[in-house]
Amino acid sequence: MSEVHAETTRFVRTEMVAEQDPPITETGAVKWVRENLFSGWLNVLLTVLSLFIIYTILAALLPWFANSVWTAESLAGCREVLSEQGLSGHGGACFSVITERWNQLIFGFYPPELYWRPILAFVVFLLGIAPVLFQGMPRQALWGSMAAPFVVYWLIWGGSLWGPVLTAAGFGIGAAAFIVISRAAGNILGSLAALLLPVLFWMFLVSPLVSGLASVAPLEITKVESNDIGGFMLALIIGISGIILSLPLGILLALGRQSHLFIITKVSVAFIEIIRGVPLIVWLFTASLLLNYFLPPGTDFDLMLRVIIMVTLFASAYIAEVVRGGLAALPKGQYEAADALGLDYAKSMRLIILPQALKISIPGIVNTFIGLFKDTTLVVFIGLLDPIGLTNAIRATTEWNGIYWELFIFIGLMFFIFCYSMGRYSIYLEKKLQREHR
Amino acid sequence: MSASTDVPKASFRLSQLIYDTRYRSITIQVIALVLLVAALWWLVNNTVQNLETLGKDFDFGFLTQPAGYDINQRLIDYDSQSTHGRAAMVGILNTLLVALLGCALATIVGVLAGVLRLSKNWLVSNLTAVYVEGFRNVPLLLWIILIFAIMTESTPEPRDFRGEDATASLIVGETVAVTNRGVYIPRVGFENSLSAAGADWRAETAALEAGEEAAPPPSSGLDWLIVFGVLVASILGARWNTRRADAIQEATGDRPATWYVNLGIIVLPTLAALLALGATIVAPIFRGFNFAEGIHLRNSLIALWLALALYTGAFVAEIVRAGILSVSKGQTEAASALGLRPGRIMNLVILPQALRVIIPPLISQYLNLTKNSSLAIAVGYMDVRSTLGGITINQTGRELEGMLLLGLFYLVLSLVISALMNVYNNAVKLKER
Repeated sequence: MSEVHAETTRFVRTEMVAEQDPPITETGAVKWVRENLFSGWLNVLLTVLSLFIIYTILAALLPWFANSVWTAESLAGCREVLSEQGLSGHGGACFSVITERWNQLIFGFYPPELYWRPILAFVVFLLGIAPVLFQGMPRQALWGSMAAPFVVYWLIWGGSLWGPVLTAAGFGIGAAAFIVISRAAGNILGSLAALLLPVLFWMFLVSPLVSGLASVAPLEITKVESNDIGGFMLALIIGISGIILSLPLGILLALGRQSHLFIITKVSVAFIEIIRGVPLIVWLFTASLLLNYFLPPGTDFDLMLRVIIMVTLFASAYIAEVVRGGLAALPKGQYEAADALGLDYAKSMRLIILPQALKISIPGIVNTFIGLFKDTTLVVFIGLLDPIGLTNAIRATTEWNGIYWELFIFIGLMFFIFCYSMGRYSIYLEKKLQREHR
Repeated sequence: MSASTDVPKASFRLSQLIYDTRYRSITIQVIALVLLVAALWWLVNNTVQNLETLGKDFDFGFLTQPAGYDINQRLIDYDSQSTHGRAAMVGILNTLLVALLGCALATIVGVLAGVLRLSKNWLVSNLTAVYVEGFRNVPLLLWIILIFAIMTESTPEPRDFRGEDATASLIVGETVAVTNRGVYIPRVGFENSLSAAGADWRAETAALEAGEEAAPPPSSGLDWLIVFGVLVASILGARWNTRRADAIQEATGDRPATWYVNLGIIVLPTLAALLALGATIVAPIFRGFNFAEGIHLRNSLIALWLALALYTGAFVAEIVRAGILSVSKGQTEAASALGLRPGRIMNLVILPQALRVIIPPLISQYLNLTKNSSLAIAVGYMDVRSTLGGITINQTGRELEGMLLLGLFYLVLSLVISALMNVYNNAVKLKER
């Protein structure tokens, strides 16, 4: 063959051609720019348009940020500093309002000498939530997580230590009653006892016990009224309590809606649809205007507690729908397999169904939580001092009359950080729980 | 052997109510029912007692009493002598107005942002990502008051438009005035208006002396009804034309071109109707201390509308993106293997499948937007919560009845939209075995 080849070909190169660099347009930055920014006339148009938008925004905002004043005492002071630099009153941001009112934006009107208490409470909360969020922690730490809510409550609101301790004891009584009575008389009676005994305990025994124990050993710290709590602390308290309380309630509602028991299903459906059909703001007004009608004459309980209850109920209806989606997405074989193993309802849900259904619903659940946290700003309409309510209070003072953008930017940024990190955590969790082979 | 065939005696023991799965469900339901009835009875009993203590009754008669307050933003006739029921109606229409405007703009913004976020252009996709994440992670309330503050704090006052040395000017060809009292946009006047106002206007204009300036022509509901009637009829005509083309394609395999015929069928009659009625654009005019003529869009409406649309648009963008990504690439390839052109691939293969994923969450976003419109309270827009659930309650002291009606309105709206969504879902559901 090679002979034939040699006859027909005049010249055959015997050594390799030296390697050349790829053309300049096909490597590195130039290639990237060509492919990503200028790959067609439409893309060129879009790129130019985007550059124009970015330029307009930056041209307006960058000088404003660059000239910002951080140390003035009032808006007039800010304007003075700016005019000394030869700028108009709007030539630079006046972030001194944030340094000046930092404590108020974070704590509201909480007594300044007691700031250590909410800070400590936040640390306790972080320590308590860590074992729940991250699996690397020792499992015994979960006992600490269970105690954390009561410690946090005591630190923030103060008062006698016996109140939170006895409230926690009520849960202990419920758990004990469930274990003892369900062994003796079955799960139904056990659950009923676990429901009723703590309620009776809280209604009739707690207040005499608290006053009795307090007279023996008054473990008391300064009491702080709910009205004094505001700012991001308020948003966090309402948001976090709502998140923690609404998840179990939402799961129960979802199970209720999926159940085969006619009455339970209908009640769950009615509850979920009524709660979801009406805006949160109407529910908040209901809590502040109407709740006194529905409770026994003379009862009057804390507005903040009412708000937390309403926010919890609201979020739980949304979570119920998300979890229902997860339950519906499971193949029917999973339910049948659980039955075939001879597991009862509680066990099959706890061991087989819910772990899978909840895993599927994580993005939806976290989205609901993000929505709930953002919705805490609505409490401003019923007179609680959340961050947005505080901007009005700050603007009402003579020093800061007329300040808008700086406060809005600060609050928006804070919410963005919280909500965005929640979203990131949900992606982390999804990846960690990924069991499919791809 | 005979002993084993004995059927055990069917006897009922009380413990079966707990241990026997046949009866247990009944036990649980009875207990649940008892607890539920007890709780409801407790609530109703408390309410009755509380109402008695306060000396109030439960009566919806206040709806027919005069309201005694003004509403600055209204779509139907209303004055302070109208009833509370009419005030509630004005509020309901305002809620629906901002919800409709919001849904329309949110869809446009959302679809655009969703498509652009999938763009291969690095700059565009990241810019859209910033928009989506920025709006999704910041409370809607903050956006509403921020946009309201921009509209009221950094726009010129109406008097800046006045005189020779005006510091502000109208935009979009001298027709739109953006002021801190709201935006004034042009309206359409009909010179040959069929209403009584039209006849008056023509008589007045004919009687004018030379050099006197004529008043702008009026417009009336009747004229608009005619224009929209013609438009609807032409759209029906265009659809008939499309069906005719389908039939021809079925029969012969050749499809006659339809787009320019359709365009003509829709545009020409409407244009003719507008010309016959003598439609002219009436721009806002500065008169005295403020703008007159044109349509006044209050800042409250604009801030609420833009904030709702941009906020919901960010969620719609994510839904659209997920919908497009949900159609597997094999579908596009299979369609092009069948010889379809890119436009037809989009219309016949990609969109029908993507829409099945997009529409249900999209409608639930519309629902969210409608419910979020109750945040109108932040900017003083007179929606149903501000009229029925706000001023009416404060004036009559009927919290219970007012909140009940308000809740019922939102609930009915949600249920109707959900019902429509279920109908749609069943229509496009994958037909399986």
